[in-house]
Amino acid sequence: MKEPTKALQAKDKEQVATPVEQTKPGLTFTPAVDIFETEKGLTLVADMPGVKAPNLSIDLHENILSLMGEVTPPEGPEEMDLYREYQTGRYVREFTVGELIDRRKIEAELKDGVLHLTLPKVEAATPRKIEVKAG
Amino acid sequence: MDRLMGGLDQGIFRTQGAGVFPLVNLTEDKEHFYLRAELPGIQASDVDISATAKTITISGERRIPAEEETARYHRREREAGRFSRVINMPDAVNPAQIEAQCKDGVLTITIPKAEEAKPRQISIKTS
Repeated sequence: MKEPTKALQAKDKEQVATPVEQTKPGLTFTPAVDIFETEKGLTLVADMPGVKAPNLSIDLHENILSLMGEVTPPEGPEEMDLYREYQTGRYVREFTVGELIDRRKIEAELKDGVLHLTLPKVEAATPRKIEVKAG
Repeated sequence: MDRLMGGLDQGIFRTQGAGVFPLVNLTEDKEHFYLRAELPGIQASDVDISATAKTITISGERRIPAEEETARYHRREREAGRFSRVINMPDAVNPAQIEAQCKDGVLTITIPKAEEAKPRQISIKTS
């Protein structure tokens, strides 16, 4: 039997209260993310509608993971606003990654405005089951 | 007052800040209206669009595939669910020739204006 799905609620895009001022003018938003951990690594999924792959930068420096996606306004030059319920701008977000990540194996895929980022743990950090011997 | 509110209800202000998913932007040029919505992860096949001379209805469902059971979530901010929204057009449109495309998670619906709604150039005669 199919479970009834809930109805989505409209939410205003969250604007970033930046600790550091941006050098470029324009609006900055926080993308909604899912982050989950498996034994093999961390996966981050971020909603970044309007971002194209060449305009997305992902950086892992020390243990700070930063995402930045630029959005070019989709409106053509002749178009005039009638009404506007959301704004467009860049997406910026940073995370501290606690796990040891194998940088060479990081993979990123951007599809339909959703970023899938896989951060595999280094071998030494994958948990091993420790057997307890009964004495 | 009633008349004023009635006017607001039917006019283009009705959808402003309506709080119904998805949030939309409406723009126009001489020939078309353009309706845009941010729908990350949604493909064209997941969205139903229907139109009359005065309204556009967008409905569908956003699905987020379940991860393996061993996954432990640190953050879960993205939401799945169904949506349906009716948008009143400020002027008559030609529902037969509406085109829609989903690109990079942004839905763009191109709606041709009905003949009578297109602006007409008025020439001024000099005597």
